[in-house]
Amino acid sequence: MACFSAMAGFEGKRSMTRYSALSLLKNAFSHHEAWAPAWRKAEPRDSYDVVIIGGGGHGLATAYYLAKVHGITNVAVLERGPIGLGNTGRNTTIVRSNYLWDESAALYEKALSLWEGLSQDLNYNTMFSQRGVLNLAHNHGDVLEAQRRVHALRLNGIDSEYLSRDEVKAFCPIIDIRPDVRYPVWGGTLQRRGGSARHDAVAWGFARAASERGVDICERCEVQGIRREGGKVVGVETSKGYIKAGKVGIVTAGHSGVVAAMADIRLPVESHPLQALVSEPVKPIIDCVVMSNAVHVYVSQSDKGELVIGAGVDAYTSYAQRGSFHVIEHQMGALLELFPIFSRMRMLRQWGGIVDVTPDASPIIGKTPVDNLFINCGWGTGGFKATPGSGWVFAHTLATGQPHAINAPFALSRFETGKLIDEHGAAAVAH
Amino acid sequence: MKQPFRTAQGGRIDRSRPVFFTFNGRQYAGHAGDTLASALLANGVHLVGRSFKYHRPRGILSAGCEEPSALVQLEKGGLTEPNMRAPVVELYDDLAATSQNAWPSVEHDIGAVNGLLSKLFVAGFYYKTFMSPKSFWMKVYEPFIRRAAGLGKAPTEGDLDIYDKMHAHCDVLVVGGGPAGLAAARAAAASGARVILIDEQNELGGALLSADELIDGNPALDWVAGIQAELLANPEVRILTRTTVTGYYDHNYLIAAQRRTDHLPRRAAGKTARQRLWKIRAARVVLATGAHERPLVFADNDRPGVMLAAAARTYANRYGALVGKKVVVFTNNDSAYEAAFDLKIAGAAIPAIVDLRPEAGQGLLERARNLGIPVIAQGAIVGVKGTKRVAGALVMRLAEAGEAFADTQPAELECDAIAMSGGWSPAVHLFSQSQGKLRFDDAKACFVPDVAAQHQASVGACNGSFELGACLAEGLDAGAAAAEAAGFPATAKLVAPVAQSRAFGTIKQTWVVPSLRPVGHGKAKHFIDFQNDVTAADVALAHREGYKHVEHLKRYTTMGMATDQGKTSNVNALGYLSTMLGTSIPEIGTTTFRAPYTPVTFGTLAGRDVGHLADPERHTPIHAWHVARGALFEDVGQWKRAWYYPRPGETMEAAVSRECRAVRESVGVLDASTLGKIDVQGQDAVTFLNLLYTSAFSKLEIGKARYALLCKEDGMVMDDGIVARVGPSRFYLTTTTGGAAKVLDWMEDYLQTEWPHLKVYLTSITEQWTVAQVAGPKARAVLEKLTDTKLDKESFPFMAVKDATVAGLKARIFRVSFTGELSFEVAVPAHQGKQLWEAIFAAGDEFGITPFGTEAMHVLRAEKGFIIVGQETDATVTPQDLGMGGMVSRLKPDFVGKRAYTRADTARVDRKQLVGLLTDEPQTVLPEGAQLVEVSDDPALTKGGTSPLPAPVPMIGHVTSSYWSPTLGRSIALALVKGGSARHGQVIMAPLTTGAVRCTITGPVFYDAEGKRANG
Ligand SMILES: Cc1cc2nc3c(=O)[nH]c(=O)nc-3n(C[C@H](O)[C@H](O)[C@H](O)COP(=O)(O)OP(=O)(O)OC[C@H]3O[C@@H](n4cnc5c(N)ncnc54)[C@H](O)[C@@H]3O)c2cc1C
Repeated sequence: MACFSAMAGFEGKRSMTRYSALSLLKNAFSHHEAWAPAWRKAEPRDSYDVVIIGGGGHGLATAYYLAKVHGITNVAVLERGPIGLGNTGRNTTIVRSNYLWDESAALYEKALSLWEGLSQDLNYNTMFSQRGVLNLAHNHGDVLEAQRRVHALRLNGIDSEYLSRDEVKAFCPIIDIRPDVRYPVWGGTLQRRGGSARHDAVAWGFARAASERGVDICERCEVQGIRREGGKVVGVETSKGYIKAGKVGIVTAGHSGVVAAMADIRLPVESHPLQALVSEPVKPIIDCVVMSNAVHVYVSQSDKGELVIGAGVDAYTSYAQRGSFHVIEHQMGALLELFPIFSRMRMLRQWGGIVDVTPDASPIIGKTPVDNLFINCGWGTGGFKATPGSGWVFAHTLATGQPHAINAPFALSRFETGKLIDEHGAAAVAH
Repeated sequence: MKQPFRTAQGGRIDRSRPVFFTFNGRQYAGHAGDTLASALLANGVHLVGRSFKYHRPRGILSAGCEEPSALVQLEKGGLTEPNMRAPVVELYDDLAATSQNAWPSVEHDIGAVNGLLSKLFVAGFYYKTFMSPKSFWMKVYEPFIRRAAGLGKAPTEGDLDIYDKMHAHCDVLVVGGGPAGLAAARAAAASGARVILIDEQNELGGALLSADELIDGNPALDWVAGIQAELLANPEVRILTRTTVTGYYDHNYLIAAQRRTDHLPRRAAGKTARQRLWKIRAARVVLATGAHERPLVFADNDRPGVMLAAAARTYANRYGALVGKKVVVFTNNDSAYEAAFDLKIAGAAIPAIVDLRPEAGQGLLERARNLGIPVIAQGAIVGVKGTKRVAGALVMRLAEAGEAFADTQPAELECDAIAMSGGWSPAVHLFSQSQGKLRFDDAKACFVPDVAAQHQASVGACNGSFELGACLAEGLDAGAAAAEAAGFPATAKLVAPVAQSRAFGTIKQTWVVPSLRPVGHGKAKHFIDFQNDVTAADVALAHREGYKHVEHLKRYTTMGMATDQGKTSNVNALGYLSTMLGTSIPEIGTTTFRAPYTPVTFGTLAGRDVGHLADPERHTPIHAWHVARGALFEDVGQWKRAWYYPRPGETMEAAVSRECRAVRESVGVLDASTLGKIDVQGQDAVTFLNLLYTSAFSKLEIGKARYALLCKEDGMVMDDGIVARVGPSRFYLTTTTGGAAKVLDWMEDYLQTEWPHLKVYLTSITEQWTVAQVAGPKARAVLEKLTDTKLDKESFPFMAVKDATVAGLKARIFRVSFTGELSFEVAVPAHQGKQLWEAIFAAGDEFGITPFGTEAMHVLRAEKGFIIVGQETDATVTPQDLGMGGMVSRLKPDFVGKRAYTRADTARVDRKQLVGLLTDEPQTVLPEGAQLVEVSDDPALTKGGTSPLPAPVPMIGHVTSSYWSPTLGRSIALALVKGGSARHGQVIMAPLTTGAVRCTITGPVFYDAEGKRANG
């Protein structure tokens, strides 16, 4: 920490005020003019123990847990733009851990348990809201899948319930459960501990807490090359010059293929656009997350009052952060099938992100063929919910050089052995 | 009813036609041609709503779609709509609107206490607090935030209106019907191009509707009328008014939303689709979308009665409504002078024009003097009197340089409205959506289009050309150029009309007007984003805390994220940020402009794809027959399949048992028409199929069929079906009902991308055939009555395929079995299906022939251990896992999935494998989806209950299918169990919520293991 306060770009004397109602009140008296930057605007130094490429939620969380759990603070997060504006800042923030396979359940449950204390841990309100995630079943196959999932989750120690059609109605009264609609609701599964969070706050909160522990968060610092010597990574070439690194972690989501290629690694990842949209804000009308695979749409309401709506990926691959309009049209038809009362609501904003999809729709977290180079990617359409868990296991992996038991099954090598964790088969809309 | 703020004459309203409406329950009168906003103003109503966070009283800011403040809830019940912008709601008889976000009333709103806490409720305050005690977040804090947030109320009833969609193609699409757009449309149309001209307003004319300009020496609106008549007479031109182009996508694909009945009294529209989505593909696009005026950011600039100067002018000139009797005008540029002059002429007093600049444009001072309007140069409004309505403006003169004042005390100007202008922002939204790059024009203080990314031109105000003459000339040129580029060169050059030109003049970039106390100090607030209550102090705070990138700033303060998407606020926020950063605006850049330009109803986006058209419903030719027989249906993919046929009073269980017994004991018929069918032809057909399926077809004889599996590249079963050879190089394949389209796509994908050299042609023939599956010991006897083809075992063995005549129809018979019984599938052309079906039932009458549905079919196949893809498989199951290793060729050099079978994990012997399960207690039917564990007396597993187990328990498999078997008189189940094929005879258990169920692992075939019945 010696070099900490001597750091370039560090403005004035640092007093990281704890955020609280009291500090808010105190600052009100000084017209809020005494607040310090949430995180230091660091310029990269020559060398770090660990360099993390990608300042999304996962990269920032990794840095935070490296510092907090493993005491490794000589760490830089290199982000080519401003932090948190990739998928972290574009996603629909559904958080749940009701995954079918044991390996996934353990990973996402680790994340969920961290979510449950995250605001307090980071001293930044991530607005994690456990309002319940309801997955609807519309046919025999859905019910079978739902029942299977509920049974498995119970045995994995994770909360999950099967709801009948009437229980669905009782839990979310505005769903149209009439039997004569195109795809009537047969029932559904509910994870009450699931919900949503404020995406930006997750990025900023991790950044602030990591920065406070000495991590350098270097924005507008694009990694352009990965330097290796004798099969081992030694540093990264960036838009701000060469940076030496003991270990390097790639956490670049939709651009993972591009960054891995800098180390001559070809990943089994396809990048697809995934779109989402919000309505104009309205007073509270839906108090949980509702998802449907068969009708292919999901919806929740943000704390601001907007309905947040999404569905599946655009079928083609792309790096342009926008999708095709017909995908939106289709998901609106689906939405009105479940919620005819939303017909006169209006779409306010639509956007897209680029998601990194693996053949089995599960992430890759672990070693690469290059020594000291690690990767955390392939979260596809559903990695936001994993953010703290992903950072936690990846920090362990970077710190010890070995995967944690939780992420060991998610090795890149599984695409050679065939030990896939196929969440595709388990759910078509996997957010 | 008196309208105290009506002008004496003028405007485009019909003074002979009163229109009555209610606002907050009170009745008012307006005129045909009014908007809700103009009618309210004519009645002197400024207080329209309450703001989002602080519940400050808010009025009407603008006269267009950029309105951030005057949002109302329109109508009730199935017609209600939240957040409607009063300036764009056309008045109709009996319109009913109410204020939003105020309780008990907009006059006396309890929520205004938030204003007292406004010192705490600064940007991002919620990130810093509400964290303890932890349990309060969900119970207290968040419910409070949620209740406070949101503006209007969502409807709670279904929509009474319908919506639709149109596709259109054109050579030139002109967006915007103001002078520039009209000129462009005219030039393009004159060249013979097919033109679509779109404008969001109820009539063409754009800014000319609000002004008093002359074109060619005549009133500008005469020119508009002339062009409109010319365009209307041209059959190649389509004009869409009340239509907003909302999205600009790749390859000149634009989306527009047309409001067809919203201006009519409710329910007068009848069956007309209320709104229509236009999907337009244009060879060339001309954007003529105009500009939005910016507010000035000064102390308490949000008071009702403070509005944009051009809006005040519009209300006076176009709608004959005065925004006040005494209007102070506050500006940093010349344009507001015209507003002041017109307001004065329309009857308002103008106590002063307060100009931030030292000097106004040429001639303006003289015109002001002539009209008796005092001008305060280098002046600033530093405060506003009045809360629910402006009562006065506090004015001070600025010192020569910087932020200092020349006066020591503000002078108070009494007034009831303030008209402000902070300059103009070209409406570059569509340009920007089309991926065009912007440039900041420092002299005009605005972003203008720079490099276009598509075949497109921007003209007029949206291009930063604010002078009428330039608008007309640019429009004409761009229209002609667009037509020419689309293949329609101009025959003669049109002469640009002459407009009296007013120079744009200078503008003083003042992002936050100096005030008596620094922003964030004192009580006054300097609003940048009116709707989201974002003040200059909030922007300063965000900057201070490091949220300096525009996207961070936007997200942290929520600036620009309200229903107006920052149309009036973004540039002011950027400008202010730039002064704090000490950089120029271009270095900061803008936030991304996202579609839609203005919000679009979900109904419009869905169009007709709602209700039963949400997804096509597919019926077989026998559907009506099933319905007549009382069948219940099951959704399988898009198909409606007969599920079972209950007799009056019969339970599902009884019906299914009866149907199963009929098949086992006599004869039943299943409508198998929904199975996917693909015709494969071509000299390489065998090669192709050998590459795709796991088994080999080289030796398959003509007239023979084979059950086969399709696997993905990872070796996992993807689909199954029959492959029948019907000619030397012609095959007939079946797929699962739900998988048909996917399989065909996948085959085409391989054919076109991997093996384009193969001569193979694939055709979907799913809907071309009706297939009746006749199954049961009496199946042969029934069919023998209908065909001369020999059906005995020797002439027509199991897995044979023959063309035949059945019931006088040309048919193809497949001797295949999915029930384990003697079974024939008879296929005839779809249109003859019903005839075949009825013939079969007539022939089978003597045997008690019974229709059976998918449920009985499921039971029957489970008794035989036949899999259903998607039920026994889940994309993690190999053929070997299913005990079908024999169907995976060892000899073929390659096929999809082959490589996977040698991978370490795929080759493991303890993978989950298909087994049968028999419960210890034969009456107990296991639930499908139940997980399986090793036998244990751990009470956590045996005692049941719904709560999650305290620690994870290893699962060894799960139940994939489970039924009561009427044939065996006991329950049966299929399951995938780890190492299951080697565990037959062992006992395991299913820990259910109702307690644990013990069961024994068996082979998956429960009935007729030797297959005598199907073969017989
Ligand atoms: C529309 C949409 C909806 C979604 N909905 C959900 C949901 O409801 N629930 C859920 O759990 N998940 C959801 N997701 C998925 C989720 O957003 C992602 O899985 C997750 O946020 C990924 O986080 P990340 O930190 O890995 O990636 P990102 O946030 O994308 O961060 C990667 C960062 O790497 C940076 N980078 C890239 N290349 C370089 C380079 N060369 N040098 C330096 N930096 C670089 C990028 O700029 C970026 O900031 C959704 C995604 C989208 C697009």
